[in-house]
Amino acid sequence: MKDLLLQKLRAQFPAAVELDSEFRGELTIVIRKADILPVCRFLQSDPDLAFDSVRDICGADYQRSDDRFEVIYNIYSLKNNFRLRLKVRVGENDLHVSSVSGVWKGADWLERETYDMYGILFDDHPDLRRIYLPEEFEYYPLRKDFPLMGIPGSLPLPRK
Amino acid sequence: MDADPKLRILHALESQDTTVTFDDPLENQMILNMGPQHPATHGVLRLLIRLDGETIVSLIPDLGYLHRGYEKLAENMTFHEFIPHTDRLDYLSPLANNVAYVLAVEKLAGIEAPPRAQYIRVICCELARLTSHLVWLGTMAMDVGAVTVLLWGFREREKIQDIWDVLTGVRFTTSYTRIGGLAQDITPEAIASLNDFLDRFPSSLDECEKVLNKNRIFIDRCEGVGYLSKEDTINFGITGPILRAAGVDHDLRRDAPYLVYDKLDFNVPVYYDCDTLARFYVRMAEMRESVSLLRQALQKLPTGPTNAANPKRVLPSKEKVYGKMEELIHDFMLVNFGINPPIGEVYHAIEASKGELGFYIVSHGEGYPWRLKIRSPSFANLQALPAMLKGRMISDVVAVIGGLDPVMGEADK
Repeated sequence: MKDLLLQKLRAQFPAAVELDSEFRGELTIVIRKADILPVCRFLQSDPDLAFDSVRDICGADYQRSDDRFEVIYNIYSLKNNFRLRLKVRVGENDLHVSSVSGVWKGADWLERETYDMYGILFDDHPDLRRIYLPEEFEYYPLRKDFPLMGIPGSLPLPRK
Repeated sequence: MDADPKLRILHALESQDTTVTFDDPLENQMILNMGPQHPATHGVLRLLIRLDGETIVSLIPDLGYLHRGYEKLAENMTFHEFIPHTDRLDYLSPLANNVAYVLAVEKLAGIEAPPRAQYIRVICCELARLTSHLVWLGTMAMDVGAVTVLLWGFREREKIQDIWDVLTGVRFTTSYTRIGGLAQDITPEAIASLNDFLDRFPSSLDECEKVLNKNRIFIDRCEGVGYLSKEDTINFGITGPILRAAGVDHDLRRDAPYLVYDKLDFNVPVYYDCDTLARFYVRMAEMRESVSLLRQALQKLPTGPTNAANPKRVLPSKEKVYGKMEELIHDFMLVNFGINPPIGEVYHAIEASKGELGFYIVSHGEGYPWRLKIRSPSFANLQALPAMLKGRMISDVVAVIGGLDPVMGEADK
């Protein structure tokens, strides 16, 4: 399955696969940011691969000077009983990633959560609002530069 | 067509077509706020519902009332320190969360718990499934009008919590597992009370089924309600009993075996109706399977240690820490600096009572996780609520939420 998947992906999108690695039996593929939507659409619609559900989407902050963030897609093929992790690297000065909520409906809230926690903007998302935190909150709490104790005054409190 | 509404009504009556539709001149649609403090939303779920009469036009769930930032907290504590926090995710099945989390950490660190610990963990997972499903059964039946079952469900759950009391030392927030093993071994007393419970439990389940399975009111409130097609259910990323009630034969215990599930014999109940009633049947059948799994696990329970022999990663027993130098040093290092798993990232998921509960951990080789993502089934399942309820009646809301069985501690993290 792994070989077939990589072979098909490379044939369809010769430049999209930046890196593939395996750790503890889990396959991770890094996809070029511009290609994430067509790659996901292909993985979902290809009858052999049939990645029919998205199980998780999350962000991660690696505190690197270039490509600081990553968006991680955890997709599952019920037909092949196979789990795949896709990654997209996102730089701090261009936080836009194409939304995959048109491919999997389940991506909607997961992308909202990623936006809420990391400030990554999903283009063409139907309803990109914060999901947990109040809309007027200005920070993205899972970024590494957000302190654990919070930022005093970031949420309006009752006056004395 | 006549522009005058009166004439249109007259024409409609003449042509015997009694359904007349015209623009609502009074703007009869209203917005109803349901929750976050509503008994049927099972916690702090808030729904904003646009109603036309009693019909739901659209619905927006609003989450975050129980958001405690566990993923941020996890990045600032050692792997061991996070175990008690997993209790508070799905607080109806804390033992399953404990197991799911340590399995992910063990996969990352490359440790395997000894067989006895693995069997005890299966017992933990199945007991957690039973308590969770019992609360679901009681609350859902109450939401659609059968208060009796609530009392019966909680009565049985109370017995399981008494077993937890003996097994783990506490009734609710268990924190029972450790990386590489368990906090303590199962005692003969716990086994005896578990056996006693297993002998009596199926008849109580029969009792509940007698009240509900042929109950006209219950079936009318559930049948066809909350319908979501098989394709949509898969596309929404829904897992667990709801997926299996939509005709998808998928269970991680069988499809991606962890612990010792591949050595145990069990069926995966699947129903095809995609509605709340099918979800009810799936969960009831799962409870019976859990009873059989618990019996098998108790029967096959091997002897031996409950903690892996890996002193650099697994906490030593307290008696040894107090009496031996080497263990004291290891304890000090593990508690203060953590287990330092290798650099890498893993995702491990278990079939929890509500669906796929997974932990995605990124390690930079330090004692703390660099990133820890909780894949909570309730969050993913709740997402389908607007699709299930659009165009339905307002009274279906409570039945559908009951059938979804969300726990907000897990959905809000």
